[in-house]
Amino acid sequence: MATTTVLTTESPDRWKYLNNILTRRGPYSDETFEPGDEPKAFLADLKIFGAGGLGCEILKNLALSGFKDIHVIDMDTIDISNLNRQFLFREADVGKSKAEVAAAFVMKRVRGVKITPFNCAIQDKDDEYYKQFKIVVCGLDSVEARRWINATLVNLVGEETLIPLIDGGTEGFKGQARVILPTISCCYECTLDMLTPRAAVPLCTLASIPRQPAHCIEWASVIQWPKEKGDLKIDMDDPEHVTWLYTKALGRAKEFNIPGVTYAMTQGVIKNIIPAIASTNAIVAASCCSEALKIATTASPYLDNYMMYTGDESVYTYTFQHEKKDDCPVCGNLPQALTVDPESTLEELMEKLQERPETTLKKPSLRTSAKSLYLQAPKQLEEQTRPNLEKQLKELMEEGDELSISDPGMPFNLRFIISFSS
Amino acid sequence: MLKIWSMKQQQQAASAASGKKKVTAAQLRVQKDLGELSLPSTMKTHFPDPDDILNFTLTIEPDEGMYKGGAFNFDFTINQNFPHEPPKVLCKQKIYHPNIDLEGKVCLNILREDWKPVLNLNAVIVGLQYLFLEPNASDPLNKEAAEDLKTNRDNFKRNVRSSMGGGYVKNISYDKVTK
Ligand SMILES: [Zn+2]
Repeated sequence: MATTTVLTTESPDRWKYLNNILTRRGPYSDETFEPGDEPKAFLADLKIFGAGGLGCEILKNLALSGFKDIHVIDMDTIDISNLNRQFLFREADVGKSKAEVAAAFVMKRVRGVKITPFNCAIQDKDDEYYKQFKIVVCGLDSVEARRWINATLVNLVGEETLIPLIDGGTEGFKGQARVILPTISCCYECTLDMLTPRAAVPLCTLASIPRQPAHCIEWASVIQWPKEKGDLKIDMDDPEHVTWLYTKALGRAKEFNIPGVTYAMTQGVIKNIIPAIASTNAIVAASCCSEALKIATTASPYLDNYMMYTGDESVYTYTFQHEKKDDCPVCGNLPQALTVDPESTLEELMEKLQERPETTLKKPSLRTSAKSLYLQAPKQLEEQTRPNLEKQLKELMEEGDELSISDPGMPFNLRFIISFSS
Repeated sequence: MLKIWSMKQQQQAASAASGKKKVTAAQLRVQKDLGELSLPSTMKTHFPDPDDILNFTLTIEPDEGMYKGGAFNFDFTINQNFPHEPPKVLCKQKIYHPNIDLEGKVCLNILREDWKPVLNLNAVIVGLQYLFLEPNASDPLNKEAAEDLKTNRDNFKRNVRSSMGGGYVKNISYDKVTK
């Protein structure tokens, strides 16, 4: 890591424009906004978290907006192909941790800012870790990671904790920025249906009538690889694997007279690489970070709650309030506390639940994350879990476990956090 | 800072609790889907570990059509991205079917290109059952079987019978699926 030079004197002009915003009321400032030194001091103290493929942009923008205590997580190391847009990295950094190099660079460039980098997956950190932040800004590139951070922040809601999630994403010339106030406004899971799934080609097209080079590459990975390599998983970072797929795809393409299969294309198709356009990343990250600034200071109204940006057909942006889904599995029904007698049986618990109006159910099935307590369908699972009805709750669950109850008559599952009565 | 907590309190009295071991969104959804499963007598499930509802086997025993008398096993593997991603379904036996290849891959639109998160496990199971009632020659995964079905239906039927008994069709030996 590069050494960090901190200059102790600060030019009065340095934050001139930010000061203009924070020391005067604007026509749309929140009624609680108190112009002066306080918003700036608050900004400097506030712990903020950033992660994801938009990391460079987000880090730079947050640091230049007056945030001074920033954490960043990135599990990736710097690849030569990142250098075209991830401007905090130099050729000499290839192979090093993105989080660490970016943190060192920004700390050196923006004096007075403290950036704490972690070279790991966001999922490696627990609730206690995320609880320390006032705002989370994410420009993650996988659906899985976004669902995870979203569910984590929704589940943290309670006891005066409600951490806004500012989520940005890009795909080529398109992108979006959104503000999620967990359980207050629409969450990531609420809009999952809106995602266009990866455009898949029917398996039989791959198997019998390929028409495009991509079909040949998919044929090699989806059909030929399992046929010849069995259970071995494809590792796209292993050049031998990529070469194998490329060779197979090329052979197939020749057979069907399809030109255009290349090694790079093979990598692109298998990794499902969507080209990242530097300017789209910059636009979306900028939008995310100015939302962070507005939420932190209340100097101006924040985005409520979804801004889509389309740059592929001329340019178009549209901001709207995406509706919260009542039956969202993540934010539609938060787990409630439920105290049970550890000595009582599962059957007794189910009878008790019938006495509560909100849990009077026709055919409830019960699970914790680790255990099928009693599932009423399908038949075989019912038979396998029936013996649990006689068991005491202390044999089946621990304090702090989440209990999920589903019922065919209910649009979503009820969730409870178990504590034992003494 | 935006007074988010007071916004929350205005919205409703918050009484949420936070637990240690959370049920994942995929688990919540699969639990719900299983509860809504209505399996006819021709189908049954097998859960090697009843506590793991993301991995199970489905057995289909068609009581009509050309595949009557066979018992066909499908492995269901559901990952944490469900229902954003469809379940992975693989036929455990080597069978002679135009829409299932020799490795067990299944050509069913809703398992791939037409999957949507609003679809549930029941839809997938109904789709699989339909493949045995109406094998489809226009979406071939086993090209020879599809060709047979297209050109000579009676011959195809004979091939189905001998393959189900564990015999050979065009030098390929198939698994015995009859009892
Ligand atoms: Zn939601």
